[in-house]
Amino acid sequence: MSTAAPTLQRVVAQTSFEARAILRNGEQLLVTIIVPVLVLVGLTKVTGIDLDTGGASRIDFLTPGILALAVMTTSFTSQAIASSFDRRNGVLRLLSTTPLGRGGLLAGKVLGVLVVELVQVVVIGLVAVLLGWRPDPAGIPLAVLAIVLGTAAFTSLALLVAGTLRAEAVLAVANLLLLVLAVAGGVVIPASQLPGPMAHVALLLPSGALGEAMRETLLHGVLPAWSVVVLVAWAAALGWGASRLFRWH
Amino acid sequence: MGALDFPLVPDSPALEISGLVKRYSGRAVVDGLDLVAHHGQVTAVLGPNGAGKTTTIECCEGLREPDGGSVRVLGLDPVTQARDLRPRVGVMLQDGGLPTGVRAHEMLAHVARMYADPRDLGELTERLGLGSFARTTVRRLSGGQRQRLALAAAVVGRPEVVFLDEPSAGMDPQTRHAVWDLVRELRDEGVAVVLTTHLMDEAEDLADQVVVVDHGRVIAQGSVPSLVSEAEDRTLRLETEPGLDLHAALGADFVVSEPRDGSYTVTGAVDPDAVAAVTAWLATNGALATRLTVGRRTLEDVFLDLTGRNLR
Repeated sequence: MSTAAPTLQRVVAQTSFEARAILRNGEQLLVTIIVPVLVLVGLTKVTGIDLDTGGASRIDFLTPGILALAVMTTSFTSQAIASSFDRRNGVLRLLSTTPLGRGGLLAGKVLGVLVVELVQVVVIGLVAVLLGWRPDPAGIPLAVLAIVLGTAAFTSLALLVAGTLRAEAVLAVANLLLLVLAVAGGVVIPASQLPGPMAHVALLLPSGALGEAMRETLLHGVLPAWSVVVLVAWAAALGWGASRLFRWH
Repeated sequence: MGALDFPLVPDSPALEISGLVKRYSGRAVVDGLDLVAHHGQVTAVLGPNGAGKTTTIECCEGLREPDGGSVRVLGLDPVTQARDLRPRVGVMLQDGGLPTGVRAHEMLAHVARMYADPRDLGELTERLGLGSFARTTVRRLSGGQRQRLALAAAVVGRPEVVFLDEPSAGMDPQTRHAVWDLVRELRDEGVAVVLTTHLMDEAEDLADQVVVVDHGRVIAQGSVPSLVSEAEDRTLRLETEPGLDLHAALGADFVVSEPRDGSYTVTGAVDPDAVAAVTAWLATNGALATRLTVGRRTLEDVFLDLTGRNLR
């Protein structure tokens, strides 16, 4: 009788399959690693752009936000686009009929995202250190926690979008939403520096919560409770929505 | 229980569908369908587009939940017992389901990793001629190459039941025969093969059992010989002038139709006397037969009789 490979082997196989699919794709590599690095270098070196860093150096102030942005490109934009095309091409259905199953497929996707994020954080972090970044060591484990929470929220959003819209629509929505969240969502620029009511709205968005969490942990070594509450709430709501509304066909 | 309680090829059916109903937005696409498929047999599901073939197969694969009736694959429910069933079932989807960004051999190796004891990839690659495009990304493969890769993925886990949804679509004749050989080999190993097809020759050559589906129900089933020669009828095909009354030549024991102008089909006990009667009648009426053939009814004749000749 034919039998399945052990669960761990199946999930590891799917994780590496997903991570390789992202890292090998030129466009994905551009969006997930090269663009954040260029933004980091540009904003740090071009001093003509005025930044209110609150007393911190430009690189210390900017790097946490760029890391948050990088996490969003992988867990949301890139995952939403990849999953929507996989859904349209029947890839999700085919893999779900193998011993991997739907649960293994989901686990592989989330872990694959985390692997890619690890690569992003290492590359961006190294470039930042070369540019003079000195994060608060006490904040690093807390920043990792913030990244995991942010990944849960944004991967859920990615699957919600990918599982309900046409692939072409996802392509547009995922890029547009990333742009809006990056510019007005309190990711790179702190919510408190956004104009008028946007300052309050951004704090309620997952992007703002992740940006704040990254800045506070890496600049001051503390994880704001409010950011945790917002990220957990988004992850729960979006995860519930995705599991209810995701259409496999 | 002793080892003898488990025969190598089980007696119980590999697939048992009874009274299956599946609706899309209230419309029944599968409407009370019954089907049984056995180990060591190829079961071909034939039907016009929209007959409910793919939906039925998807219910067997656990991809769709039935709205009524029951589906049992290897005695298990494909939805609630999916975890136990998945390792034992191979699936080839109609739309492929292959990730487009990876190389062909990576895709196959990836699926193989899901099984404890997969088939030898080298042997499978050779059998299906995948070697020539193993390092090509799936996006660049031709339709037939994708089909072969999808078939390889369906059988790599040594399944006991395989579901193939239009396996030969887009294949050239050489490839089709390679695929058919593999399907026959699977059958001989005791695998239950369930395939949907539009190709009558595929069903005639391969299938031990043919199930004709239309409007979400089974309208005929049996072996190809039993379906084709249910009556001991033969068919006479004739091309000559249009609008002739061949009934006058043959009498009421024969059914005459003229599907296209000047092209006649005569069904009944076509014997030497009948052929002589037709040609003699044509001679007295000054009509020349430009083509005249006698043969058994084909599966296609049966299929068209059952499902009608209208385009859908």
